[in-house]
Amino acid sequence: MSYFLETLVSGLFAGVMYSLVAIGFVLIYKASGVFNFAQGAMLLFSALTVVTLTEKGMPFALAFIVTSFVMVVMAILIEWLVLRPLRNRDPLTLFMATLGLSYVIEGFAQLLMGMDVHMLDLGIPDVAVQVGGIYVSQFDIIASLIALTLVATLAIAFNKTRMGISLRAVAADTLAAQSIGIRLPVIWRIVWSVAGIVALVAGLVWGSRQGVQYSLSLVTLKALPVLIIGGFSSIPGAIAGGLLVGATEALADIYIGPLVNGSVSTWFAYILAVGFLLARPAGLFGDREIERV
Amino acid sequence: MTTLQESALSKPLRQPAFGVGILAVGAGLIAAFAVPVLADDYWLSSIIIPTVIMGLAGIGLNLLMGYTGLVSIGSAAFMSIGAFSTYNLLLRAPFLPLPIVLILAGLIAAIAGVIFGLPSLRIKGFYLGASTLGAQFFFEWLFTNFSWFSNDSQSLTISAPRLQILDYDLQSATGRYYLVIATTALLIALAFAIVKSRVGREWMAIRDMDVAASVIGIRVARRKLLSFGISSFFLGIAGALWAFGYLGTSDAHAFNLDKSFQILFIVIIGGVATIFGNFLGAAFIVLTPILLDRLSLIIDLSFLGDQGALANLQHIIFGTIIIVLLIKEPDGLSSLIKRGVEALRPRARSSG
Repeated sequence: MSYFLETLVSGLFAGVMYSLVAIGFVLIYKASGVFNFAQGAMLLFSALTVVTLTEKGMPFALAFIVTSFVMVVMAILIEWLVLRPLRNRDPLTLFMATLGLSYVIEGFAQLLMGMDVHMLDLGIPDVAVQVGGIYVSQFDIIASLIALTLVATLAIAFNKTRMGISLRAVAADTLAAQSIGIRLPVIWRIVWSVAGIVALVAGLVWGSRQGVQYSLSLVTLKALPVLIIGGFSSIPGAIAGGLLVGATEALADIYIGPLVNGSVSTWFAYILAVGFLLARPAGLFGDREIERV
Repeated sequence: MTTLQESALSKPLRQPAFGVGILAVGAGLIAAFAVPVLADDYWLSSIIIPTVIMGLAGIGLNLLMGYTGLVSIGSAAFMSIGAFSTYNLLLRAPFLPLPIVLILAGLIAAIAGVIFGLPSLRIKGFYLGASTLGAQFFFEWLFTNFSWFSNDSQSLTISAPRLQILDYDLQSATGRYYLVIATTALLIALAFAIVKSRVGREWMAIRDMDVAASVIGIRVARRKLLSFGISSFFLGIAGALWAFGYLGTSDAHAFNLDKSFQILFIVIIGGVATIFGNFLGAAFIVLTPILLDRLSLIIDLSFLGDQGALANLQHIIFGTIIIVLLIKEPDGLSSLIKRGVEALRPRARSSG
């Protein structure tokens, strides 16, 4: 039983990490209707930038601030060079554009900062502590706290600030929002900047877990089932979806894996997501407006 | 002047003059069969064969995405099913001739396509991507983890036991080219026949407005599944050709997510809801990396350092070209060519 619980808990913590990635997608999807495949590349780019700067001797806090600034500049460039020329085009074209964008960002990241695996030490000890009879990694707990803080900050920003309210207006009805004077390009720049900083946080947490390297950009793919389960347009959904995917994936790996020759984690989440699509197409918390027949 | 009907979304079923069509097809076939005389083995094996096969795969996805309006980001999965089915059929049923094997492999891929297309009955748009992405990862896992599919080979690779039709050995570059071009020519004809048939028109009706389509009596669910099936049939055969006509030896990872994305690019860059546009898109996908390679040999890029830096530079250029094409040429390369032809036409008339 305690083995089951430990698997469940470590799966839930992995799920928190998935949620961190998924939140970046939700932000951009809400504001511009784009499934941003380049989110993974942004994650890699930001984590690599921080690591490279700290390896050059810059203090971590300063490196974090500089990288945040770089991500804001990147967001402005993306809005100007990619999103603006492509506005009013169908979602698939925009998705393809973000695919192209991910090639460009990954290319730049590795061209400028090399392709080696960098170790990233956030100074959080990765030791197991006993909580209520089961062992839990201290790192996981702190990572979850970081995720929680991020989510709380975003929630306050969206519900209380003028910017956040205009963003929700754009998400609810783009045309109406424009007609009352909300400037769409500005909103896009802000949202992509925030998503860039979310990518930075997610990249640091993931990177300190598995090293900062190319495979970081692949966590994008795990975000898709998380988003489908949680709903593309809901931040609480992204978190619930992440937890659900993390937990079921870990359990499936332990209990189904041995029956079928090894790890099922590459595809299990997708099959789960398809099951959800069939039963509840809008996801757990998503809007009802999903295209369905 | 473009009316709504001439826009890329609702492609008109314009019939070219019959005689012109026959002439064009005849000239095309003669040209296709004369290619090995003109091109050397390098051109055949490294450029022409992969371009033709990827174009065929593009047709497969385009039938689904361009004509029926259903998104798939797992096309390579159905290619891998075709490849592994061909391998196992050739191995375990050696009495079957190659054309039959290819058709059977296509049919097996079609069945898988129908199964993974089932969610399309309830959902559409981008969400459908999840189901097809599931197929992508599931089959890559299946063919890697169950060595039965690769006849228990240690390296999990498959290579064709024999490629022959009626004792003609097709292992040489020319032989493989003829296999690829003949198969592709037949499938292009099939694709045209389907697109111009009742089924094709019903697909387009579903794409343009599914509710209206069901109101006028089109059985939407059946047509969607048929579209998944036929699309996967094309992809399956393309996969078999890719594995044995081009690579020779391959494994499940030859059909990874990157390959699926490449096929998506082919459709978008070549032109949505076109048949020949796919070959333009395929040429772009195959030629761009080769050209960038050549370019780097001419221009001294040693200041960049190692080979890895070069690969990254290529990624940047490739990604940029894709974004620029999406911005500047929304209807794909095929519309660029069509516009070019139409710009030439009045001049030809006035002179003649």
